[in-house]
Amino acid sequence: MKDQLDYLKVNAALGRISRREFFGRAAALGVTAVAANTMLAGAVRAAGPQKGGTIKVGIQGGGSGDSLDPALAANATMSQIVRMWGEPLVELADDGGLNGKVAESYSSSPDAKVWTFNIRPDITFSNGKTVTADDVLATIERHSGEDTKSGALGLLRGIKSMSAPDASTFVLELDAPNADLPYLMSDYHLMIQPNGGKDDPTACIGSGPYTLASADMGVRLVFEKNPNHWDSAIGHASTVELIIINDDTARVAALQSGQVHMVNRVPPRTAGLVGRAPNITIRSKSGPGHYVFIAHVDTAPFDNQDVMMALKYAMNREEMVEKILSGYGTVGNDTPINASYPLYTELEQRAYDPDKAAFHWKKSGQTDPVLLRTSDNAFPGAPDAAALFQQTCEAAGIPVEIKREPNDGYWSEVWNVQPFCTSYWGGRPTQDQMFTTAYLSTADWNDTRFKNEQFDQLLLAARAELDEAKRTQMYADMGSMVRDEGGLICPMFNDFIDGMSDEVAGFREGTPGFELMNFYAPIEMWVTA
Amino acid sequence: MGPALRLVVQRIALGLLLLFLVSILIFWGTLILPGDVAQAILGQSATPEALANLRDELGVNDPPLTRYFEWLGGVLTGDLGTALTNGKDIAESIGSRLENTLFLAFWAAVIAVPLAILLGLLAVRYRDRWPDKLISGVTLSTISIPEFLIGYVLMYFVGVKLGWAPTVSMIHDGMNLGQKLHSIALPVAVLTLVVLAHMMRMTRAAILNVMQSPYIETADLKGLTKFNIIWKHAFPNSISPVVNVVMLNLAYLVVGVVVVEVVFTYPGMGQYLVDHVSKRDLPVVQACGLIFAAVYITLNMIADVVSILSNPKLRHPK
Repeated sequence: MKDQLDYLKVNAALGRISRREFFGRAAALGVTAVAANTMLAGAVRAAGPQKGGTIKVGIQGGGSGDSLDPALAANATMSQIVRMWGEPLVELADDGGLNGKVAESYSSSPDAKVWTFNIRPDITFSNGKTVTADDVLATIERHSGEDTKSGALGLLRGIKSMSAPDASTFVLELDAPNADLPYLMSDYHLMIQPNGGKDDPTACIGSGPYTLASADMGVRLVFEKNPNHWDSAIGHASTVELIIINDDTARVAALQSGQVHMVNRVPPRTAGLVGRAPNITIRSKSGPGHYVFIAHVDTAPFDNQDVMMALKYAMNREEMVEKILSGYGTVGNDTPINASYPLYTELEQRAYDPDKAAFHWKKSGQTDPVLLRTSDNAFPGAPDAAALFQQTCEAAGIPVEIKREPNDGYWSEVWNVQPFCTSYWGGRPTQDQMFTTAYLSTADWNDTRFKNEQFDQLLLAARAELDEAKRTQMYADMGSMVRDEGGLICPMFNDFIDGMSDEVAGFREGTPGFELMNFYAPIEMWVTA
Repeated sequence: MGPALRLVVQRIALGLLLLFLVSILIFWGTLILPGDVAQAILGQSATPEALANLRDELGVNDPPLTRYFEWLGGVLTGDLGTALTNGKDIAESIGSRLENTLFLAFWAAVIAVPLAILLGLLAVRYRDRWPDKLISGVTLSTISIPEFLIGYVLMYFVGVKLGWAPTVSMIHDGMNLGQKLHSIALPVAVLTLVVLAHMMRMTRAAILNVMQSPYIETADLKGLTKFNIIWKHAFPNSISPVVNVVMLNLAYLVVGVVVVEVVFTYPGMGQYLVDHVSKRDLPVVQACGLIFAAVYITLNMIADVVSILSNPKLRHPK
């Protein structure tokens, strides 16, 4: 019987017999459906990627107003689009390090001020032109220029000079040391384009594994395999179709009815139910994204440390993860950093404690209610989370008033303007970026108005520190400062939840970055059929 | 000039005036929306420099009155401007979207209008008996349920459970008519269910009204069958109210399908409008608003003209 099963497995994996037929015949040999499924999955992996076919992705986030210019990429759909046709210098690797893409390797001067990237030889753009260091230079120039609209501008401040001494070497000199610079180069805006995309930023010409065949923004985009791509280990499907489905229910229904092979952002509330279907697997992974309650610590009453501590102790983090994220997440600890960051140290977990909250509230001498602003736009379920928080605060004797704000204009009128509101952060690849973006005294988006000289000094020192153990300790200290003195109340880190049909294989657990295997799922997975 | 012609000309002139007033309303309405287009385009991750650069480029710093007249002038010459968000020509982008919306509305109308009128006639024929009650009961319940709920229910049972029709109504140029029709089966069904009751009830009421007249009794005494009386004698005299309600529903099929389009991910005007509203893309919102207003006013104008022309007293003055 074993020989027969092995024969069937190989045939099914290679697509010579259909899955249905495999299950039927396996059942005839006395194998249960679950066991047969496990067997087949093992055989599919062993058989390796299959080439050809079409992968259809139901993706959330796009709109008809989207641009194809990678500099303006700002949502999940645009991030997926740029991955298809473009490549950055380097990309996050599964182990937390970096893989070379356009750059084959990189090195730095001992003081981490001058970085040299060696461009992969003999790779071409989809228009046939060879990729040179000049193209890389022009790309970085376009994203860091004075008049740029690039979303990566914030990352590229502090470049002193750039040069391309020869066709395969790109050199960056910084004003101040930065040990994390290569990580910044993995940003999804920084796709290398011919002449930096200065001629036509929306041409979608790059060195990526696919080329754009047709685009109807906010509706549907079709990509064909780039036959000249340098890495034959990726890009298995011959066609990838992105179908933009913003409605949650419609997106999940499309997966269930077999119209698409994978979807991003399955709503946590229904994920468990969806995953019960026999042909669908829910893939969730923790990421750096977190949902937050943020207070301006330079504004009354939040400038009173006791008020902040009272609010922090009044937050029931476990309940939030369970009720708002339906368990698809992890508890926060009032710092923006979690285990998904490379140099993470676990801090003592702050727990819900109404007695301590009441003690600090009394000590603060406050009696007026705290006004919390919220909106659905802050994060899915934000008004519910605010209501839960109001209840746990009430248990500690802290009066909280909730003001529901309109979704329209939430990011310009409420967030980073009003003293206390709900919000979210998508996270950043490194501690340095996260702290620099939102916790440095001079940061534009210091949305908690956290201003601490010692913290700023540590941040700059850590950036220049090439000794990992020392850096790790520095980041742990900084995390403690934010946790104990900051205006951030972080109840939860949200998981990325994808849905995958069993008609595609090759999913890898634990990839860093965003959803859909950091948007590499359509490129690195394959159709089993 | 006969009274009928004068009334028709009056109607059309009123329609144009209304459209002009609507254009002012749309323009001012979009100005007072909260939020900032540059912020909406660049999202939460925008830097102040990037915001300032984008605002400059979009020209949102000019005074509103100048912008209104520039916009109106453009619209009158067929130039709807360019979208702030992606710099594409609006007239061009709207063209294909409008075509899709009309395609969906057309097929929904082709099914819904004759079906509603037929059901209305049947309801009159079997007045107060079980077919009448069944027709009224079913159509009234489908109009009472919000359309997105009907959409989700059909999606789940017909699309996911039975697998008869796709849940995502994607249509593109590479599809032939058959494929396109299969693709839009569910939204057409939803729209039909939503507009059916209104037209059916109006047909029924209008005909019942006429059925009280003496000439119906005469026809009855001549020995005509009940259905023949309704179809040949009663229906032509109740056309005016029926056309009115049909036009209202046709207008709804074009301008009111936003929710259905979003639920079924159909690439029509509604979804296009929603995408751009969330991005504060004013020129697109204004253009869509104006087109919707024009469709609505035009269809209502046609209904008025038809009722004027179907009135023999106005057509043949003494």
